Amino acid sequence: MQANKEKLLWMYEKMVEIRNYEETMASVYLEGKLPPNIQQGLAFDIGSGPVPGEMHLAAGQEPVAVGICAHLKQEDTVVGTHRPHHFAIAKGVPLTPMTAEMFGKVTGLGKGKGGHMHLFDPVHKFSCSGLIGASLPPACGAGLAAKKMGKDWVAVAFFGEGAANQGAVHESLNLAALWQLPVIFVCEDNKWAISVPKTSATSIEWVADRASAYGMPGIKVAHNDAVEVYEAVAPAIARARSGKGPSLIEVKTDRYLGHFQGDPEVYRPKDEVANLRKNDPIPKLATQLKSAGQMTDAEEAAIVARARQRVTDAFAFARKSDYPAPQEALQHVFA
Amino acid sequence: MTTTRKLTMAQAIAEAIGQEMERDNKVFVMGEDIGKYGGIFGATGGLLDKFGPERIMDTPISETAFIGTATGAAAAGLRPIAELMFVDFFGVCMDQIYNHLAKNTYMAGGNIKLPVVLTTAIGGGYSDAAQHSQCLYGTFAHMPGLKVVVPSNAYDAKGLMTQAIRDDNPVLFMYHKGIMGLPWMAYFEGSSNEVPQAQYTIPFGVAKVVREGTDLTIVTLSQMVQKSLLAAEELKKQGISAEVLDLRTLVPLDRKAVLKSVAKTGRLLVADEDYLSFGLTGEIAALVAENLDTVALKAPVKRLAVPDVPIPYSRPLEKFVIPQVENIVAASQALMKGRVAEGQPA
Ligand SMILES: Cc1ncc(C[n+]2csc(CCOP(=O)(O)OP(=O)(O)O)c2C)c(N)n1
Repeated sequence: MQANKEKLLWMYEKMVEIRNYEETMASVYLEGKLPPNIQQGLAFDIGSGPVPGEMHLAAGQEPVAVGICAHLKQEDTVVGTHRPHHFAIAKGVPLTPMTAEMFGKVTGLGKGKGGHMHLFDPVHKFSCSGLIGASLPPACGAGLAAKKMGKDWVAVAFFGEGAANQGAVHESLNLAALWQLPVIFVCEDNKWAISVPKTSATSIEWVADRASAYGMPGIKVAHNDAVEVYEAVAPAIARARSGKGPSLIEVKTDRYLGHFQGDPEVYRPKDEVANLRKNDPIPKLATQLKSAGQMTDAEEAAIVARARQRVTDAFAFARKSDYPAPQEALQHVFA
Repeated sequence: MTTTRKLTMAQAIAEAIGQEMERDNKVFVMGEDIGKYGGIFGATGGLLDKFGPERIMDTPISETAFIGTATGAAAAGLRPIAELMFVDFFGVCMDQIYNHLAKNTYMAGGNIKLPVVLTTAIGGGYSDAAQHSQCLYGTFAHMPGLKVVVPSNAYDAKGLMTQAIRDDNPVLFMYHKGIMGLPWMAYFEGSSNEVPQAQYTIPFGVAKVVREGTDLTIVTLSQMVQKSLLAAEELKKQGISAEVLDLRTLVPLDRKAVLKSVAKTGRLLVADEDYLSFGLTGEIAALVAENLDTVALKAPVKRLAVPDVPIPYSRPLEKFVIPQVENIVAASQALMKGRVAEGQPA
């Protein structure tokens, strides 16, 4: 299935928004973490600044999220990973409460209790987890619910190529195939699991080759390209919606930044990092759209401005929101 | 004479592992990012260069497989050290830990030795939220079959790690991120200290009085030791003399040291970063309660711990649930004012 102009522009705008979000977050995250901490003998104080804790950014991986989410509706479920922002944004999670959550504010998605790796938006049916491989079982659950309730909803579980070796992944693939659940399993291969390259962690080149072992289609997307992802997954979505069961998709993508912000990346060849942005999928799609006459320079400028504005507004909202009162820590163990 | 120099806890742990690997070629390490990265918390820093990838093995993210592999390799005669970054992740491979590693020696009637060291990071305080901030040592100490070691400083960490590797039983070695001396995390001074170059061991089950006092005993461990020492300084200014007891290992537990100190001071505060209910604080309180015939209390026991909620992300919330220096001070003051009820031994 080919993407129409509307879908193409949507994917472009979402990719611009995600990239702008991640770059803004990358710089805001450093606030308060560098000097004067350096004088105190710290290179970096992970716990200070407006956005504390770990921060995993997905700059470079936008095509995976938008190419898939362009097929989804609000009732479809997405379960993301510890690197969740691109999935959340592509699924339609509103930026303001999402950002407020990362600032630990009471206006956040989880009232400041979850943070960056634990974003829950039941309205847009998005969730994620800090545990590797943990996205697949709940996606099976969402798929089972859709099936039992007679809906044509699908569930998408995103996971990294590192997670592909986790037990929960294999169990979920089997269960979904056995019960013919409407689940799309999407392996995002950015080649690295923190410092461990795929070549030292996985005995085969394509995780998607494992699909046949479970009795489901395996789809390989060789380029970090939103249109390629969109077109390749269309049959999997149609299959799931029509009750024919799950599919396993693998997309080759690139992690532009460190595993987490502040990662010294001692393990990664410097030339790899320097070369990654040469194939940046965002300007590439812009060029394609323009040469096909589907986007004018003025439209492009408007898209970029709109996306930036949404990000700016979200960060401004997060900054000016209040922190929860300390005693609120004691609420919500039971609803 | 042996040279000493100041090391961080991370460096001390890596040194202990390296020296033991030199001494015994059956020792090897497995885990995620323990090679080039040197462990996310630095506990295997520099070891890959020294020993190569045959003995410093980066694993896939397959915890059930590699922790189970450690058990199997140990049963076959090797001495594996396996690291799983955060204790919060143990759930995914819990069966291999608590049904196999912890029980096989027993079920084999003592005929199998399982000299495995499992290492992992614990603790919060930097907004890493509910899935990356737990301590959980109480959970593992609760289940029989694992020795549980939780050091508070570099000197102890080296001696306890050497001891752990030489132990023929499974040992869970848990280090608090906030005292590893990481260049990217604030920490309480005191955990980096003088560490001898030469190898040494510290026996398990021997608590340490890290500060002498006469008015109350603070029983604690890990990063809470550093917090308690700061609290004790503060209390001193107010004329209160606090004794701080570092348990160092939970299994085995130095019950004698607890009773001895509480008998001396007559007051007990247990300060813990684990959850309150069914945990370390309850265990220590029960120990004292069971010995009230010999230990006279001047006030009821006090417990400080995480109040049975997951660790929240937001800074003010996290600060509220994890006991801080000021909470230890306040609890100690309350303890000094507290009186046992009428009719109880004073
Ligand atoms: C069960 C579990 N084991 C280990 C970790 C530590 N960890 C966090 S991210 C990560 C690497 C994940 O790699 P991959 O799945 O490829 O995703 P990427 O980070 O590349 O997006 C690891 C090992 C974890 N969070 N959960």
